[in-house]
Amino acid sequence: MVAIRRMEKLIGIVLLAGVLASAAIVLIGGVLYMWRHGATPVHYRIFRGEPSDLRSLSGIWNDFEEGSGRGAIQFGLMLLVGIQVVRVALTGILFFLNRDKVFVVITFLVLAMLSYALFFAGE
Amino acid sequence: MSTSLILTLMAFGAFATGLVGALTGLGGGIILVPMLVLIFHIHIRYAAGASLIAVIATSSGAAAAFLSEGYTNLRVGMFLQLTSIGGGIAGAFMLALVPVPVLMTVFGLVLLYSGYLSFRRKEEVEEGRPSDGLAVRLHMEGSYPAAGGWESYKVYRVVPSFLLMGVAGIISGLLGIGAGAVNVLAMDQVMRLPYKVSTSTSNFMIGITAAASAGIYLHHGYIDPVLAMPVMLGVFGGAVVGARLLIFLRAKPLRIFFSVVVLIMAAEMIYKGLAQW
Repeated sequence: MVAIRRMEKLIGIVLLAGVLASAAIVLIGGVLYMWRHGATPVHYRIFRGEPSDLRSLSGIWNDFEEGSGRGAIQFGLMLLVGIQVVRVALTGILFFLNRDKVFVVITFLVLAMLSYALFFAGE
Repeated sequence: MSTSLILTLMAFGAFATGLVGALTGLGGGIILVPMLVLIFHIHIRYAAGASLIAVIATSSGAAAAFLSEGYTNLRVGMFLQLTSIGGGIAGAFMLALVPVPVLMTVFGLVLLYSGYLSFRRKEEVEEGRPSDGLAVRLHMEGSYPAAGGWESYKVYRVVPSFLLMGVAGIISGLLGIGAGAVNVLAMDQVMRLPYKVSTSTSNFMIGITAAASAGIYLHHGYIDPVLAMPVMLGVFGGAVVGARLLIFLRAKPLRIFFSVVVLIMAAEMIYKGLAQW
């Protein structure tokens, strides 16, 4: 039981750290963007969809490396999404420590669906 | 108006919805999307994208707090996650196919129903019957910290709840919200889990379901970083403050006031949706 309580605590800590790191990166990206493009008007009344570089993980990573403000925000947002995968994986480890085979399988299925949606669904 | 000013106003608006979402238990997204659409005239697909991200942030923050308190039933959560995440993926794919007027109308109806559910909130019902056989086999029964120490609870009707979570997932993926009201309906009313266990477990699940939708949202170009930035930071900040305030405030009069707000928003969404048909 001690291992399980500790694992729950660990999931909580990872989640909190992930959200705070993601929010900090989004904030930095936002400040960069506002500083460079704060005067450019934005239009969201009509749906056009994002440019292709902001739609894929590799494109976001490139923009982020180039120091683009929007790239940094999008990277922060994807970090937040990625933390959810970690949270499911850690929950799976918790069930494993608990020797709970059925729930290890269930968690694995959830992880598989989540990974499919994140990495393959849009390709 | 300059972009900086609009984004600042949006951040304040998002903060307010995060605050209200936490105080009423409705969650951030369901009030956020109408605010973005009705007040800031943002296309509902962009609004859904920004909201979905905000939902993941609030769910993660809240889940972190709830996990350490021992209310979350991880077994129930992970089991229901199977249909919830499937629904979330299906709903996210549907967003590209469903015409905007239909989306607006559906959103209004879901908003209305969620408002009704959270207002009607019943007290826990004690049932002496043994748990659902499936719940026993999957060891879903648990205990939670109550006033007089740890109290154990039973789990009923696993299959209907499992199916209802699929519907909740579709709503979440289609509208970019957490669909917390439907989650809580499935766990609190159908499975008969204690209220605090239902809300904590729902919160744990929301971020995971929304993350699955987020992959598809990203590929379809619904997630705009410049829009998501003030929205995510605002809602998250509002939710954190709201959760703290909840300890000091009496929720009842607030809930009546916000029910009226929700009613007006829902009526306007439905009206705007139908007007475009």
